[in-house]
Amino acid sequence: MNILVKGDIGPMLEIENVSHRYGANKALERVSLRLARGGFHALLGPNGAGKSTLIALITGLLRSQNGEIRVAGHSLSRRPRDVRRHLGVVFQQPTLDLDLSVRQNLLYHASLHGLGRRQARECCERELARQHLEPRANDKVRQLNGGHRRRLEIARALLHEPELLILDEASVGLDTASRQALNEHVRTLCRERGMSVLWTTHLLDEIEPQDPVVVLCAGRVIADSQAQALCTHTGTHTLHEAFGLLTTKPSDTVTEGQS
Amino acid sequence: MSASAYLHCFLGVSGREWRRFVQQRTRFFSALVRPLLWLVVFAAGFRAVLGISIMAPYGTYIVYEVYITPGLCCMILLFNGMQGSLSMVYDREMGSMKVLLMSPLSRPFLLMSKVLAISLVSLVQVYAFLAIAWWYGIRPPLFGLVTALPALLLVAVMLSTLGLVLANAIRQLENFAGVMNFVIFPLFFLSSALYPLWKMQEAGPWLYWLCSYNPFTHGVELVRFALYERLAIPPLLWCLGLTALFGLIAVLTFDLQRGAGARSPAPVHTV
Repeated sequence: MNILVKGDIGPMLEIENVSHRYGANKALERVSLRLARGGFHALLGPNGAGKSTLIALITGLLRSQNGEIRVAGHSLSRRPRDVRRHLGVVFQQPTLDLDLSVRQNLLYHASLHGLGRRQARECCERELARQHLEPRANDKVRQLNGGHRRRLEIARALLHEPELLILDEASVGLDTASRQALNEHVRTLCRERGMSVLWTTHLLDEIEPQDPVVVLCAGRVIADSQAQALCTHTGTHTLHEAFGLLTTKPSDTVTEGQS
Repeated sequence: MSASAYLHCFLGVSGREWRRFVQQRTRFFSALVRPLLWLVVFAAGFRAVLGISIMAPYGTYIVYEVYITPGLCCMILLFNGMQGSLSMVYDREMGSMKVLLMSPLSRPFLLMSKVLAISLVSLVQVYAFLAIAWWYGIRPPLFGLVTALPALLLVAVMLSTLGLVLANAIRQLENFAGVMNFVIFPLFFLSSALYPLWKMQEAGPWLYWLCSYNPFTHGVELVRFALYERLAIPPLLWCLGLTALFGLIAVLTFDLQRGAGARSPAPVHTV
């Protein structure tokens, strides 16, 4: 993840020395990472690693206790509203209004971003078409299955055309086929729209060998490299084995340079 | 962000509140039944016991039903303001608060939009109640129904911001029962909604003191005078001041960690 795109643009996401505590419990300890612009990036970690805390800090839903977070060059502490304008987020817990229709949910989100009626409708129809949700546009969200609800949340997160899309364990609760479809769908979005995606998960089958991966364990970054390189470094054959080895013996930090 | 962006945002927040109101018809009917029971049953019983002498803003002797109508209008606003706070707790627990907080617009604006949206919904219920009361025989001056509108809106905003302060303070949905017992009932009973303040003075100085400093009393009096086409300056100033104070506290105490639905403090394994 340390590879920067050539040119005058900096990284999409920069996190420097971020620590966070819940009372006496340490959730994150001096976490630093950089996400290049464009492409699919994975944030891996077992349950309780601190992934959701990190996402809550990036999105400004948790107040940062120390360290610095920048999104598209905007400092979260100094320009939080600029950061939010560049972010699209799909949260781990469903956040749709079940009693509103698919379209109404999107229009509500558009209004929260200050989009005018006509622009909101255009963006809404564009995303409905992209997510193949047009036939369900007038259905209540309550009537959708889990996979379609997730797609709607992605449509909503993309409505204001953010530069960075964050999906926090978005595939949790979906069956295998839906999980796979969702993962492929997000990868297609990355390719076609050139956008940056941060995908957090604890399910390793969602990661491909060429994906840049950050592994978080017990609140610390224990690896920051390409998935394939993690295997090479740990002398393992699969990402499952590499992940198992790293998270049970997380004393060494694997970085891009070591791989 | 332009002014139109703020307007679109407010319309969106307000539209969601209206849809919720239309979908929850039982909430509308219970909001109406409650004051109507007070008007038709409680006031009918009390009119014989409690004589109301000539007092401002009424120009003549009035029946008890006429006296408690402004208080019952405010009762609707009080319950709705608190129910608004319930919806904030619900939003927080259901995670939809996160959607609101991801807006690039300022958070104080987002919170105040929610308050104003809840207040506007409350006004519809008040006028529905006044329409039924009119049919029942409670007939303030017709123009009074117009002059009461800004007063009702101010009181609605005051009580909704108070609700927001409470929503920031309570952690769980179940605690709303406590709000009923410790906030709604004392505010309502220790006010001039059911009895004039001079009656309270007869009952005891402490009761009178509590009633005269109760924000709800000032709200009721503002509405009472406005309903009879008169402007009561001290209650107006009280309501304006208290609305600003509650609004400020609500914005300052809005806890991001709880607003986000995050668990705090939490053991690391549940993060």
